[in-house]
Amino acid sequence: MSTFIDGLSLGSIYALIALGYTMVYGIAKMLNFAHGDIIMVGSYAILTTLLMNGHPVLAIIAAVVICTALGVLIEKLAYKPLRGASPLAVLITAIGVSYFLQSVAQLIFGAQTHPISLVHFPPVVIGGVTISVSAIISLVVGALIMTLLTLFIKFTKLGRAMIAVSEDRAAAKLMGINVNMIIMVTFAIGSALAAFASTFYVMQIPNTSPTLGSMPGIKAFTAAVIGGIGSIPGAMLGGVLMGVVEKISLSIPVLAPYTTALEFSLLIIILLVKPTGLLGKKRREKV
Amino acid sequence: MALLEVRDLEVYYGVIQALKGISFDVNEGEIVTLIGANGAGKTTTMHSIMGLIPVKHGSVTYEGQLINKVPSHKIVKLGMTQVPEGRHIFQELTVYDNLLLGGYIENDMKKIKADIEDVYSRFPRLKERHSQIAGTLSGGEQQMLAMGRAMMSHPKLLMLDEPSMGLAPILVDQIFEIIKEFNKSGTTILLVEQNAGKALEIADHAYVLENGKIVLSGTGAELAASDEVKKAYLGG
Ligand SMILES: Nc1ncnc2c1ncn2[C@@H]1O[C@H](COP(=O)(O)OP(=O)(O)OP(=O)(O)O)[C@@H](O)[C@H]1O
Ligand SMILES: [Mg+2]
Repeated sequence: MSTFIDGLSLGSIYALIALGYTMVYGIAKMLNFAHGDIIMVGSYAILTTLLMNGHPVLAIIAAVVICTALGVLIEKLAYKPLRGASPLAVLITAIGVSYFLQSVAQLIFGAQTHPISLVHFPPVVIGGVTISVSAIISLVVGALIMTLLTLFIKFTKLGRAMIAVSEDRAAAKLMGINVNMIIMVTFAIGSALAAFASTFYVMQIPNTSPTLGSMPGIKAFTAAVIGGIGSIPGAMLGGVLMGVVEKISLSIPVLAPYTTALEFSLLIIILLVKPTGLLGKKRREKV
Repeated sequence: MALLEVRDLEVYYGVIQALKGISFDVNEGEIVTLIGANGAGKTTTMHSIMGLIPVKHGSVTYEGQLINKVPSHKIVKLGMTQVPEGRHIFQELTVYDNLLLGGYIENDMKKIKADIEDVYSRFPRLKERHSQIAGTLSGGEQQMLAMGRAMMSHPKLLMLDEPSMGLAPILVDQIFEIIKEFNKSGTTILLVEQNAGKALEIADHAYVLENGKIVLSGTGAELAASDEVKKAYLGG
């Protein structure tokens, strides 16, 4: 039971990150390989605020603000000039941005691991089951954020414009939609979600290093593909699935050492059965 | 001064020149048509006017303002939009959401709702299907949706790229009736059609495009009577 809750909680972290990948892919039609590193930047924002004796809430706000601004800045400086360039050029740029962020972090903070004590909740025991409070918090807040995002996309003008741009960029322009602005908003939202993921991540694994973002980044990306890249509910489902599989596998001694391999095999199996991912749609060819 | 003036327009796809210097006018209140064979450059002309593809040489002037370098979404705000070839409705959204997006440049929700009612009264079929996913509409209904959606931004100049493509004859007649109605209610029309006969019938002015060049122009009636046009586009 507690393994399952831990899995859901880790899953909601993966889902928050996966949403960033999937939204940027759907709307800007690119793989933002540097997305995982935004999580790393968020963790250093938290670390720095705490080292300056800032309140934990302030640390979280700092992470959200810095990550959002950074996401927008990266888009403007690195990706926007490549609009219309070949996907390969954009992908290589994104990988470059990823290394750049890691190197800057290493330059400022060093390569070593820094402990972060954001908050510490003693675990609670309910009906004989020990449950981690930070797991519950990530789970509940993560679910809340995802609900708000879904409502935002479904029921606001900006959300509708995001769907329009993801479906048909030229037609969206003909509606008077400023596509560059929508792409910028998408990066802002994706990066803010990554900041929350970062917060929950350091609540559970209380330390950071310049490569912190790589593993959750790549797992969340896998989750986004499992769910169907471009699909928002898909990213949520894929993320939760990854988290649950990971925690359950880790709790079974014979499987534990093979957990990561198992997670990536999940990708292969699902793509074999459904090449577009669980909730992915086959793109209709344009007439 | 014409509402839209196109001068010496040249457009390239990579090294291939698709438009080789074309010039024409669209006067306010008129229906102007561009006809020409497949690949002549009709869609390219419309896309370059709308800013969807870059203009290499020449100028596009709308209401006296040079708009070559103006981004598409701002051109829509200036009062010009396009019903693209192949309709390009938002397939995964409902009919209603498509129309809401058509009214994107309007901020007053009351006005948007009134405009949607207006579209519904022109196209009762769309009203019946307001919550249907647009991708599941029939071809004719999709065309109506694309036209209704474009009307939502109250264009002064509406460009239609092959609106009758793939439709049954009775629907084609209906679409042409609607175009005439739009025009009567004050919308200037630039129309691209495969169905040259019908297009020339309703057009005030017409231009024939061949290999990226305008080779003939005149009133709709003049071109319909011309031997060259009859031979090449009206099936003898
Ligand atoms: N994206 C593109 N890349 C390269 N060449 C293109 C592209 N789009 C159009 N062309 C070429 O430009 C020329 C003009 O094409 P355009 O689509 O404007 O023709 P059209 O008159 O609209 O034809 P149709 O009646 O078939 O719609 C054609 O030779 C076409 O092959
Ligand atoms: Mg065409």
